[in-house]
Amino acid sequence: MTIDAESPLVQFLSPDGEVRVPANLAQYGEYLRELTEQDYLKFYRDMARCRRFDNEANALQRQGQLGLWIPAIGQEAAQIGSGYGVGANDHIFPSYREHGVAITHDIDLISILKMLRGVNHGGWNPDETRFHLYAIVLGTQVLHATGYAMGVKFDGKVATGNKADDLAVISYFGDGATAEGDVSEAFLFAAINQSPIVFFCQNNQWAISSRTDAQTKVPLYQRGEGFGVPGTRIDGNDVLAAYAVTKKHMDDAREGAGPHLIEALTYRIGAHTTSDDPTKYRDEAEVEYWKARDPLDRLEKFLRRNGIGQDFFDDVAHAGEEMSREIREATFALQNPPVENMFKHVYSQQHPLIDEQMAWLENYEASFGGDE
Amino acid sequence: MNNIVEMPIAKAINAGLREALKNDPKTLIFGEDVAELGGVFRVTEGLHKEFGQQRVFNSPIAESGIVGTAIGLAMRGYRPVVEIQFDGFIFPAFDQITTQLAKLQNRSEGFLTMPVVIRVPYGGGIGAVEHHSESPEAYFAHTPGLRVVSPSNSNDAYWMIQQAIESTDPVLFFEPKRRYWQKGPVNLDGAPAHLHAAAVLRAGTHVTIATYGPMVPVALQAAEIAAAEGNSIEVIDIRSMSPIDFATIVESVKKTGRLVVAAEASTFVSVSSEIAARVAELAFYHLEAPVIRVGGFDVPYPAAKLEELFLPDADRILEAVDRVLAY
Repeated sequence: MTIDAESPLVQFLSPDGEVRVPANLAQYGEYLRELTEQDYLKFYRDMARCRRFDNEANALQRQGQLGLWIPAIGQEAAQIGSGYGVGANDHIFPSYREHGVAITHDIDLISILKMLRGVNHGGWNPDETRFHLYAIVLGTQVLHATGYAMGVKFDGKVATGNKADDLAVISYFGDGATAEGDVSEAFLFAAINQSPIVFFCQNNQWAISSRTDAQTKVPLYQRGEGFGVPGTRIDGNDVLAAYAVTKKHMDDAREGAGPHLIEALTYRIGAHTTSDDPTKYRDEAEVEYWKARDPLDRLEKFLRRNGIGQDFFDDVAHAGEEMSREIREATFALQNPPVENMFKHVYSQQHPLIDEQMAWLENYEASFGGDE
Repeated sequence: MNNIVEMPIAKAINAGLREALKNDPKTLIFGEDVAELGGVFRVTEGLHKEFGQQRVFNSPIAESGIVGTAIGLAMRGYRPVVEIQFDGFIFPAFDQITTQLAKLQNRSEGFLTMPVVIRVPYGGGIGAVEHHSESPEAYFAHTPGLRVVSPSNSNDAYWMIQQAIESTDPVLFFEPKRRYWQKGPVNLDGAPAHLHAAAVLRAGTHVTIATYGPMVPVALQAAEIAAAEGNSIEVIDIRSMSPIDFATIVESVKKTGRLVVAAEASTFVSVSSEIAARVAELAFYHLEAPVIRVGGFDVPYPAAKLEELFLPDADRILEAVDRVLAY
């Protein structure tokens, strides 16, 4: 039920809500010392926000408002923690389940719902947000991230001596995607070029209906070693480990240390998507085991131990209701895209076939005289 | 003043690449063996030495990685020109080309552009082993979001590679490998034709032959033989397989009433098929005969000792010319 418990695992926040920094992990532990109470509260607030967003989107899908939903429930610590470990210049290449990472970088959540409603295929500005588009073909984005990181190095933006100028790249993917050749090729290109990149693998233990052992014979954090990419496994349900280890390796990447692989061992509490039925392939007992290790409960225990009162949690719950209402209203208000969107941005320059087909469709539609 | 220099196609592409590297510091060249060696066909010869390791470099032998990282570099503001060593080796990159490169601009609603050029030596006639003689252009012409072109002479090679690199859309640049050492004039000061414009290479009145890439000299040879027999053939080099300049082809067909389309690629669901279908639609009342396609057979590219029978030659084109003239 737990993956080879023998393997080392970076954990700072225990399931009981206690923080311990073992001496051998001091290099990461020092990142925790910089955290203030406000940071801990921000982590919790955003994890709760992510959970709420997820539940709301799931409900919107069940009501027919979204074509599909892709839940990230159970992965909030891995996503919020790592998201906050990413610096202000850094670029993020998500897979398609990184709603929590999106939250940490102020992505308008409606733009994610737009995509899953079928209004567009993404459409937020990757340059401006530094949060690139969701990638649906597994592993493809890991190569894009690697190419981007190669470019960062060509631009001389690594180890400039001015931290405000440096930048690195983080690429998210899941346990299933590690089986894709693109991920192995990305490890290779990043290692050869010593590119400033962190590979962040959320091992949620299920690739739709396949267990991780159907994707790999070695622990995933070791997967990069043969390519020259060292790896670290963290407890993906520990927001502090996710934060500190990501921040450390992003800092190192910006300083020229080259690529690093982080495996965040977590669990997909929900279905793969709303089209999936996990009761067909996994035991409820396993889900319960992991529910008992819920990343939010763990952080809540820690906060309460440290004197955070009920008022804070009430405020978070209230903010969640407010967000749900806003999301519902914004989703109901989403307009269908105009017909010309189908033809726009296929090419950046004039293209006779596209122009001809768009004109044809316009005339064809007009031929019904607006009665249809 | 025209500044005309005689050079083979491979050298013309090399000169065009050199111009692009000089004109834009964001232009990069990478791929398998493109650095010190200059590529297996020496098309990038000397560029590594001249522009250095950061502008012209070897990649691991991983075609998906080559195209996937080119996409990331384009996102970072670079203009990558990548080489796929041989036509038959492009398929490991097929996913990155068709699901990512072709679609990212559309997916991002125009926030991203993808100025990536993929150079592919293609076609047969060099006595090679399997996977070294193919014509996979139709796969890419079929994919929305890509531009697909092929030069057939030195002047086009020099200019079209530069235009492809300037394009803010991804361009598949198919290089007719058996013609790499075919010499021709390059007008270094000339105003180039539009990247996607077809060119009428020989005027004629009885039959139009539309073709591209390595088949262009074969079509011209066929026209020469036909002329001796009293048949006047118009030869069009379409130059661009996506988009296709149908206006130039249709204008010619309105004059000749007969069209033969010639290409090396297997004929079924090919660029030739598209030309035949569209010309039937656009010039139906001007056609005196059905459009006939002359191309490779619908078999895997054969072993080298059979390739002469696979590849259309002037006689195969003339047989089709006779057939359209018989109507």
